Amino acid sequence: MSAYVPNTRSDREHMLDVIGAASLDELYRDIPAGLRLKGDLTLGKPLSEAELYRELGAIAEKNTGAERLVCFLGAGAYDRLIPSAIKYLTSRSEFYTAYTPYQPEISQGTLQAIFEFQTMIASLTGMDAANASMYDGASACAEAVLTAVRHTGRRAVLVSRAVHPETREVIETYARAGGIALSDIPLKDGVTDAAALSSLLSDDTACVVAQSPNFFGLIEDISALEGPTHARKALLVACVTDPLSLAVLESPGRQGADIAVGEGQSFGTALNYGGPYLGFMAAKAPLMRKLPGRMVGQTLDLEGRRAFTLTLQTREQHIRREKATSNICSNQGLNALTAAIYLSLLGGEGLREAAEQSMKKARYLQKRLERIGIKPLFDGPFFDEFAVKLPADAREANEMLLRNGILGGYPLADALPGAGYPADDRAALFCVTEKRTKEEMDRLVSLLAERKGAGK
Amino acid sequence: MSRHYDKLIFELSSEGKTGYRLPASGIEDEGPYGIPEKLLRTEAPLLPQVSEPEAVRHYTRLSRENYGLDGGMYPLGSCTMKYNPKFNEDAAAMPAFSGLHPYLPEAAAQGALRIMYELDRMLSEITGMAKFSLQPAAGAQGELAGLMIFKAWHESRGEGRRRRIIVPDSSHGTNPASAAEAGFEVVQIASAKDGTVDKAALGAALNEDVAGLMLTNPNTLGLFERDILRIAEMVHGAGGLLYYDGANMNAIMGVARPGDMGFDVIHLNMHKTFSTPHGGGGPGAGPLGVREDLIRFLPRPTVAKRGDVYGLDFGGAESIGRLKSFYGNFGVLLKAWCYIKMLGAEGLKEASQNAVLNANYIKESLKGLYKLPYDRPCMHEFVFDGLASGAPGVKTLDVAKRLIDLGFHPPTVYFPLIVENALMIEPTETESLADLDAFIAAMERIAREATAAPELLKEAPQSAPVRRVDELRAAKSPVLKWTEDEE
Amino acid sequence: MKILDGLYYTREHEWLKVEGETAHIGITDFAQHALGDIAYVELPEIGSEFAAGDVFGAIESVKAVSELFMPVSGTVTERNDAVEEDPALLKDDAFGNRLITVSLKDPFAPGALLDAAAYRELTEKESGE
Repeated sequence: MSAYVPNTRSDREHMLDVIGAASLDELYRDIPAGLRLKGDLTLGKPLSEAELYRELGAIAEKNTGAERLVCFLGAGAYDRLIPSAIKYLTSRSEFYTAYTPYQPEISQGTLQAIFEFQTMIASLTGMDAANASMYDGASACAEAVLTAVRHTGRRAVLVSRAVHPETREVIETYARAGGIALSDIPLKDGVTDAAALSSLLSDDTACVVAQSPNFFGLIEDISALEGPTHARKALLVACVTDPLSLAVLESPGRQGADIAVGEGQSFGTALNYGGPYLGFMAAKAPLMRKLPGRMVGQTLDLEGRRAFTLTLQTREQHIRREKATSNICSNQGLNALTAAIYLSLLGGEGLREAAEQSMKKARYLQKRLERIGIKPLFDGPFFDEFAVKLPADAREANEMLLRNGILGGYPLADALPGAGYPADDRAALFCVTEKRTKEEMDRLVSLLAERKGAGK
Repeated sequence: MSRHYDKLIFELSSEGKTGYRLPASGIEDEGPYGIPEKLLRTEAPLLPQVSEPEAVRHYTRLSRENYGLDGGMYPLGSCTMKYNPKFNEDAAAMPAFSGLHPYLPEAAAQGALRIMYELDRMLSEITGMAKFSLQPAAGAQGELAGLMIFKAWHESRGEGRRRRIIVPDSSHGTNPASAAEAGFEVVQIASAKDGTVDKAALGAALNEDVAGLMLTNPNTLGLFERDILRIAEMVHGAGGLLYYDGANMNAIMGVARPGDMGFDVIHLNMHKTFSTPHGGGGPGAGPLGVREDLIRFLPRPTVAKRGDVYGLDFGGAESIGRLKSFYGNFGVLLKAWCYIKMLGAEGLKEASQNAVLNANYIKESLKGLYKLPYDRPCMHEFVFDGLASGAPGVKTLDVAKRLIDLGFHPPTVYFPLIVENALMIEPTETESLADLDAFIAAMERIAREATAAPELLKEAPQSAPVRRVDELRAAKSPVLKWTEDEE
Repeated sequence: MKILDGLYYTREHEWLKVEGETAHIGITDFAQHALGDIAYVELPEIGSEFAAGDVFGAIESVKAVSELFMPVSGTVTERNDAVEEDPALLKDDAFGNRLITVSLKDPFAPGALLDAAAYRELTEKESGE
């Protein structure tokens, strides 16, 4: 008997009596005999907590202490400081064991937290409205593309080569299904080539997608894309892979984007080997009723008190079925709550401080690397990630760093040719968050310097 | 439940407070950041300034205005609100898993990759499919990916003209929505009188333009499709594929397998069948399984084992591609892995059997008082069509709201759409007989009140943190964020 | 239930008032009763072209959507923004508040449209069900 099934043998007998069935098997009589499994599934014996803990512990060791590595790896997943309070609040079972807040009278906690989240995201992105969150940044971006296609009735989409390669892959997957034609916008000096954009735009263009800071860590001037895009009545979709940058960088909304999407993992969610993370989506007012996903609105209860409820539900699949704005029917509720708590704890000033420390430290590392001859790949301004050319193969350098307890930068070899650069095994993208210390960076620099000395 | 707490975090804010202190940077200021003025933020974001105790108290108070599964029964049909084992939370929080960067070299992430590989194998065994991709972030994304596979398979056979997907009118709304998002045209067929697939209607809808049929089995009425083998034969005979919406897999674990029924592609909801928490709306995970000859179309990456080494397999040119960043909602998948390991083969079967037993017990206990449109053994859930003795002016919604006053989360209401006053009840296997009896007693009391004191229903809930909310007002002129001048 | 003579009607409960080469289109009093509280009206942009039977917009209550069907083929020349601003206007007077005005593509012919008497019969039948 598992610990999660309370029925005893005598309970079951009593219940079968009430039902008027002789056995549990009889309840399955609608399943044709030929389809009933004869033996047990091959899954092994049930384990107790203690046994499972031992087994899991042994498996966890195969991760070779990776959680203790000093992380200079970013590229869409960021090792940031996470306040302790988050864990205790999101572990409250009233939050994490609740369902989607369909019954507003007993879901005000979830609803209000999402309303706060929507407010924070709308403000950070400079948009009129945000939804309750999406699966992750990449799929949110693909859904933004579908939204633009639906809104404009056009079927061509332009995507910058500096958008995260995995995001670009997800857009491709969704676009293929939707019969949407994708084209690339080339790069110049590592950023989206605004001059090239004009010649690529047509009256069939539904939207233009660009990312800032972009995959190579460079800050894009989204406002430079706005003019030509809107001249063709296409929408501008701005993707933000690290929204901590919005504490210091101009918001996509103010730069003229119509839809802002992104990945909110930076706001208090652990690395989790890639998920669950937090997609977000926000837009200007005219698109409010066209957005996919859940939305929470403020209203009043019967006695005139402020209350919150899921709203604009007629956009959604459970009402509009095949005509819904998307098939999505969940959000990343707990991750959105995490982000709301993170942003509340840090506040505007703390967020700015975290962003500035990241920038400051990233510049420190970049300059120290330059001093030992490791030059940046691009000249443009960056937030807290930057691409460099190492003296040797980036993967080999990473192996050496790993042996020394350091997780090195993302090897860019495969990403460069697509962006119009010659493939280079020595290229790597380093990320320095507020969590890194001067000592850690100095150690990284000295290890790379030693290698350089030894290698040449 | 506590008294209504009505402050927003923004309304607690005062200048100069912070809830988290960053360490000193330790870096001497080395000059400007080198970012042009025009790229810098011009307006400070609207974020609160509160201390840690204030933030903690705020969100703790909010949590108290929520009804969670740990607080009581949650008989939401179709949603499977079963107990979420606490060990799973501990497991997912282990730094050796939660602290892993997704771009770690595979050699340093062997433990995580092994968990994913084993979960794929276990799900394949439970469902009778050949392989699973763990990438979909939720059931709906699994559906979308599954339909992309339908399309890719037909195209690979030169049958790209097959543009139609058939769904029963009892299907989840995600089915037609996913089909449309995958670029298909949706054909809805009416259910037969007994609530199952109308084979005549199916036969009439099947033709050479049809890509396949999406089915939930047991269906959304909680009924097993007895003629599933015949249905599979019809669909396959017409050149189509059969999709299994795994939302109701929790009724038949260890009892029967979709793969044996003839299903070609299936998704499972980890947050339903495999006990991972719903989190107030997510995150979920919706692994996608296929039969052998469709493996080549699975979304990338999957996890493979070569010798003793686990690695990501990015598939070939025929893969439908990537659905999200990285490899799926790993943290959620790990919890599902724990659940299956803890229960084993016998525990999973026991879970399904008791879920079915509990549902039938409630159904039989209440069927005199509530209208039972399909009176036969149900699986893990069943649907009532409102009160048996129609109380004038009392709606299904009123019954649902009154349950809140009596301490229960309401069942799913007004779904499936083919039952006008639907109350869809799914107790799950993790409720005790005492709790089932308490729920039955509450439903009996409500049936009596419906005629004796209908205002108790119509004015319910009265004991919740708020009374019924004005949804029309919310939809008419949407207020989707807080603004400063509101104070 | 109000039904006006001299107008034409669809089986989906839109009304059509023809004035030479243009026509006004709205929903009937019967329709607004059936819909209950209306949360939102979605109207097409001026200049949109539709064929008879096309969906040209939608009316939403909180948890249902009803699509709007074109009684005739034509191009939208005016849209009633006031209704979009305040959907309650339709509750007050469904016939007095048109949704759109179109310029007809072809000279008007009633075709399958119902006249007031036939529409009255339809509504009596539907409310009897």
